[in-house]
Amino acid sequence: MSAPAQTRVSGTPQPTSAAADGSGGMAAGPAPAAALAPGHGRERTADGPRRRRPANAGGYLSLLLAVAVMVLPLVWMLLASFKDRDEIYTIPIQWLPSSYDLSNYADALATVPFDSFFLNSAITTIVGAGLKITLGLTTAYAVVFLDFPFKNVVFGIVVFALLVPQQIVIIPNYTLVAELGWLNTDQGLIIPGLASAFGTFLFRQHFLTLPVSILEAAALDGAGHFRRLFRFVVPISAPTIAAVALVSIVSEWNEYLWPLLVVDRAEMMTLPVGLTLLQNNDGVTNWGVLMAGTVLVTAPVLIAFFALQTRIVAGLTTGAVTG
Amino acid sequence: MATAIDVRRRAADTAPTLRRRRKPWKSWLLFLLFAGPNLALLLVFTYKPLLQSFYYSTLQWNIGSAAAMPVGLANYVDWFTDPSTPRVAGVTLVFTVATVGGGMVIGLALALLLNRKLAGRGLARTVVVAPYVLSGVAVGLLWLFVFDPNFGITSALLNAVGIASPDWYNDPGAALWMVIIVYLWKNVGYVALIYLAALQAVSRDLLDAASLDGASAARTFKDIVLPLLGPTTFFLAVTTLLSSLQSFDIIRAMTQGGPLEGTTTMMYQIYQEGFQTGRAGYSSAVATILFAVLLIVTFVQMRYIQKKVHY
Repeated sequence: MSAPAQTRVSGTPQPTSAAADGSGGMAAGPAPAAALAPGHGRERTADGPRRRRPANAGGYLSLLLAVAVMVLPLVWMLLASFKDRDEIYTIPIQWLPSSYDLSNYADALATVPFDSFFLNSAITTIVGAGLKITLGLTTAYAVVFLDFPFKNVVFGIVVFALLVPQQIVIIPNYTLVAELGWLNTDQGLIIPGLASAFGTFLFRQHFLTLPVSILEAAALDGAGHFRRLFRFVVPISAPTIAAVALVSIVSEWNEYLWPLLVVDRAEMMTLPVGLTLLQNNDGVTNWGVLMAGTVLVTAPVLIAFFALQTRIVAGLTTGAVTG
Repeated sequence: MATAIDVRRRAADTAPTLRRRRKPWKSWLLFLLFAGPNLALLLVFTYKPLLQSFYYSTLQWNIGSAAAMPVGLANYVDWFTDPSTPRVAGVTLVFTVATVGGGMVIGLALALLLNRKLAGRGLARTVVVAPYVLSGVAVGLLWLFVFDPNFGITSALLNAVGIASPDWYNDPGAALWMVIIVYLWKNVGYVALIYLAALQAVSRDLLDAASLDGASAARTFKDIVLPLLGPTTFFLAVTTLLSSLQSFDIIRAMTQGGPLEGTTTMMYQIYQEGFQTGRAGYSSAVATILFAVLLIVTFVQMRYIQKKVHY
C-alpha cells in the first residue's frame, strides 16, 4: 500500500496520510519533519525517536506527584497507628510519632476480636472464590464443549446477570436467608454471592481459543468430560484461571454490603465489617487505634498485591482485552 | 471390552450428528450437570429476587414483618413527589458523572504518563493500581483521618497556602466532594491500567510514521490514539458506570449518607430505607427505578457506541 521505502514520503508533511504510511518504519528520520511542527516537545503523548530533556523533567515531576498522591495517605495511616492521642490532636500537625510502640495495635486487638474477623474473612474468601471459580469453569466448559440446543440462551442468562447489581436484590435475598435461618452463618455469607457470571464469561472467551486437537486426543483416550475439563483444559488454562481467581479473591476479601447485612454477631464478622466496630466506640473517634486496625486490614492485601502484582494486573486486564 | 468401547467412542466422535440423534437426553443431562448448579444459583439469588423486588415495590411492608399491604404504585408516587428526591437524584448524578467521567480523564492521563519511557514507571504503575485492591471500608476510614478538618493532612496543606479547610464532615457539598475524591483515589488505577494495556497495543510504527509526517503530538493523540482507544473507552464507560452506581462501602464508612443527606446516593437510599428506616417496599421501588435507569443508560451506551466505535 505504501510507497517503496526509499522514497522521501516522510519528509512531506501530510498528517492525514500518517496511518497509511505505517509500514514505512524508518528509524533515522530526517530533521525537517520536527522543525515543521511547532507543537512538538513539552506535551508529547508518545515518545518518538527524538525525546527532549525538558519533556522528561515534566514527565518525572508528574510521575512523582502521582506516586505521592497514592502513597501519602497510606503513610499517614501507618504513622498515625503509632501515635498516641496528644500527638494526633495537635495543631500544626505532627508528622512523625515520638515512638514506634505498638500500644494502638494492642488496644485494637483487645477491643474487637480481630482473630475471628481474619478467620471468617479467610473462610468466606477461600471457599467462596474456590467454588465460584469451579462453577465458572464447569459452566464455560458446558457452553463451549457440550451439546445442548439452548446453550446460547443459557450463556445469555449468565451474562445478563452482570447487569443486575447486588443491591437491587438485597431485600429479597436477605429475607430468604433469614427464613432459612442462615443469618450469622458461613453459608449465609457465602452462598447467595456464589454464582459466577463474569468468570464464566472470561473462561468461555479463553476456551474458545484452545486448540480442539487436545480435547479430541483426550476423547480418544476415553476420558470422560470431567476428566477432560480438570486433567486437560484446566492445566493448559492455568495462567488465565490464576488471574481470574486472584481478582475474585480480592473482591471476596473486600466484600462489605452483604456481610454487613447478614452478620451482626462480632464472632461471625469479616474484616471490613469488624473494622467499623472500632469507629465510634465512645462517641469520639480514637484515630490511633482505628488506624492501627486499618493497617491490620490493608497491610496483608498490599503485601500480597506487591508479591503477585503481575498476575493480579493480568487478571484485571483480562476482562478488558477480551471484552 | 475396553477396545469395543474405544471403537464405539471413536465412531461417535467422528459422527457427532449420529450420536446426538441416538441419545440426546444423555448429552442434555451432562450439560445440566456442568452448567446446572451455576444456573440454579443465578435463578435463585439473582433472577427470582429481581422479580420479587418488582413485586415488593408495590407493597407497604417493613422488613421482617408478617403484614404487607398492597399499595399499587404508591411507593413510586411517593418517591417522585418526596421533597428529598431531587437532592438524592442530584447527589447520584454528581457522584456518578464525577467518578465515571473524572475517572476516565484522570485514568487516561495517568496511562499516557505511564506509557512514556520513564525510569521507574513499572513501580509507579504498581503503586497507582495498589489502592484498587484495598477494602473500600479501610480506604474510607483512613481518608476520613486525612480529611479531618482540624488534624488532617488536607487542612494542613490548605492552611499552608493560606486557605481555610472546608468542613468536610459537616458541609454537605464538601462531604460529597470528599467521597468523590476518595472513590477516584481508590479506583482510578484500574482505569489507568486498562488504558495502559490498550496504549501498549497501539502500533509504535503508526506513531513514528505520524511523527515523521510532522503531525503534532496533540494531533497524533486526537486523530490516531484516541480513535484506537474507542473500544477500551466503551468497555470502561460501561464497567465503571456499573461499579460507580453500586458504590457503598466508602460512603457507609465515611459519611453514612450524611451530613443532611449530602452523600445519599440512590444506592445508599436503597440500603437506608430497607434496613434502617425499615421501609422495604419503598426501598424496592427505589431499587426498581435505579435498575431501569441502569438498563436505559447501558442500552444507550451500546447503541451510541455501535455507531461511533470502529473495531
